[in-house]
Amino acid sequence: MQVKNSGILKKYIPLAVFSLAIFLLPVYISNYEMKTLIFVGINAIVAMGLCLLMGYAGQISIGHAAFYGIGAYASAIITTTYGLSVWIGFLAAILLSGLVALLIGMPSLRLKGHYLAMATLGFGEIMYVFFVEMDQLTGGTEGILSIPPLSIGKFAFTTSKQIYYVVWIIAILLLIVALNVIHSRVGRALRAVHGSEIAAQAMGVNTSKYKIQIFVLSAVYAGIAGSLYAHFVNFINPSPFTLNFSIILVIIVVVGGMSSIWGALVGSFVMTLLPEYLRVFQEYNLIIYALILMSVMIFMPSGLVPGFFNLVNQFKQKEGIWRFLESKN
Amino acid sequence: MQLSQILQFVLSGLSAGSVYGFTALGFTIIFNATGIINFAQGEFVMLGGLISVYYYKSLEFPLFFACLAAILTVMIIGALFERLAIYPRRNASVITLIIITIGGSMFLKGAAMHILGEDPVALPAFSGDKPIMFMGAAVLPQVIWVAGATLVAVVLLWFFYRKTILGKAMRASSDNREAAKIVGINVSRLTLYSFAFSAAIGAFAGVVVTPISMAVFEMGGMIGLKGFAAAILGGLGNPIGSVLGGLVLGVLESLSIGIISSGYKDAISLLVLLVVLFLRPSGLFGSAREERT
Repeated sequence: MQVKNSGILKKYIPLAVFSLAIFLLPVYISNYEMKTLIFVGINAIVAMGLCLLMGYAGQISIGHAAFYGIGAYASAIITTTYGLSVWIGFLAAILLSGLVALLIGMPSLRLKGHYLAMATLGFGEIMYVFFVEMDQLTGGTEGILSIPPLSIGKFAFTTSKQIYYVVWIIAILLLIVALNVIHSRVGRALRAVHGSEIAAQAMGVNTSKYKIQIFVLSAVYAGIAGSLYAHFVNFINPSPFTLNFSIILVIIVVVGGMSSIWGALVGSFVMTLLPEYLRVFQEYNLIIYALILMSVMIFMPSGLVPGFFNLVNQFKQKEGIWRFLESKN
Repeated sequence: MQLSQILQFVLSGLSAGSVYGFTALGFTIIFNATGIINFAQGEFVMLGGLISVYYYKSLEFPLFFACLAAILTVMIIGALFERLAIYPRRNASVITLIIITIGGSMFLKGAAMHILGEDPVALPAFSGDKPIMFMGAAVLPQVIWVAGATLVAVVLLWFFYRKTILGKAMRASSDNREAAKIVGINVSRLTLYSFAFSAAIGAFAGVVVTPISMAVFEMGGMIGLKGFAAAILGGLGNPIGSVLGGLVLGVLESLSIGIISSGYKDAISLLVLLVVLFLRPSGLFGSAREERT
């Protein structure tokens, strides 16, 4: 049997291929499709963070839209009400979402399973109420208008193509960060926690610290995405930051495959592009999403990406058995 | 604030609180038998309301018959939900089951929106809508129905869990599923019954409260969340605690409308939920040994 040479370069091949595809894509697609792919990128950023939390650390959050909203509102308020630079707004989005995650995470992550799910759900809903009610700060249901686009010095990223590249460069950088986390000591500690929290604690892993760290990281991802969203559409109000979106994020991570970061990307593509293709069935959105979610959980619980690899492995195993049987003859 | 105003808020809070209490009961029943939290519980309440209106208005059934038929229909929906969505993956992880029930709630919501329409609808009050004056506060007769129904439900449930074989089987199953199987209890059949039963209770709440606060396809989400908050507040697994938790939550919410403002009404229940989860997850009446796992 061949010993596989797992050279250090091999693990970067999928990343390189993917990045290349992303960079070349604008040549072949229309402006509208580019705008859709910007949304895919933004959703993918949140999804990657959530995937680290759910797939690797084994926790759950059905309130992540709140962090997305915190990032968006932080950026919007800093750049409009206070007129500061967009990068200060970006920084504010990161810091604020991280801080809130720390405050909420510390008590919440002591809970498990249903209780944690409900706590995150409740938190998400409370944030939504704040977005609506604190209208002095957030503009209430009318929201905040005229958010400036991202810019470096005098150069503003205003066309779809420019924004597409900004968003996807950031997304790919965050993907690299996520992959590094997974393959680091933190990642191994997380998987230990996911496998068995008690065993991990017995091995000396400080489980609460790691859980909170990942929760904060996933919130920061969401905050970054929110900030990008605000500067992309130049206008925000509370309506994207609802439980609905939190659930769609969970669907993205679960359908793509919780145990794989690539699952978050695949899931984002699927769930963002699906409504475009199902435009005919616009009204049936909710039912279709629900059926997709339930079907995947019932028939392919580990998601599309791991499910695909499982099928490939099964095929390889069967092929191996055939070869073995043939060689015996 | 005058006493009569406070009383008014308390009474209207009790009426909303009863719905939360019934929803909490639904959560508790399923949790007791299976350890699952059914995120679609609020949708059963919604379906009870919408379907009873459909039977009454579109099919022109007599009022009580429409209500009864609606409860039975939702009970069947609950049973189907269990068989088709839960049973195939009954041994799956908590997260998977949570997501399945979330999917179920989305599906029921979408289906209700399509089949039964988007507009809020209401039933006529069961015995007229002239308010009864009680110590300066106006009470709708329907509220008396809701209160009466709650009382009857609690008594019947107490009787069911303590005195009937099925009730005892459910308690046994919630205590230790494997041991229950060993003594011959058909746990998967119990799961089916508990879903059907919870659906019926939820529908009952929906039917009884529709004359007061109308029914609309999207009401399930908040009701489910607050019902869960009530169940946790009262101690998950304790039927009487669930109902009491619901009433307490309803009154707190109503008083907050009076004292703060109505916009933050939903946030209050959720804050209560978070506070209880963080400080005393076993709730007011639950035993401290409740696992949070």
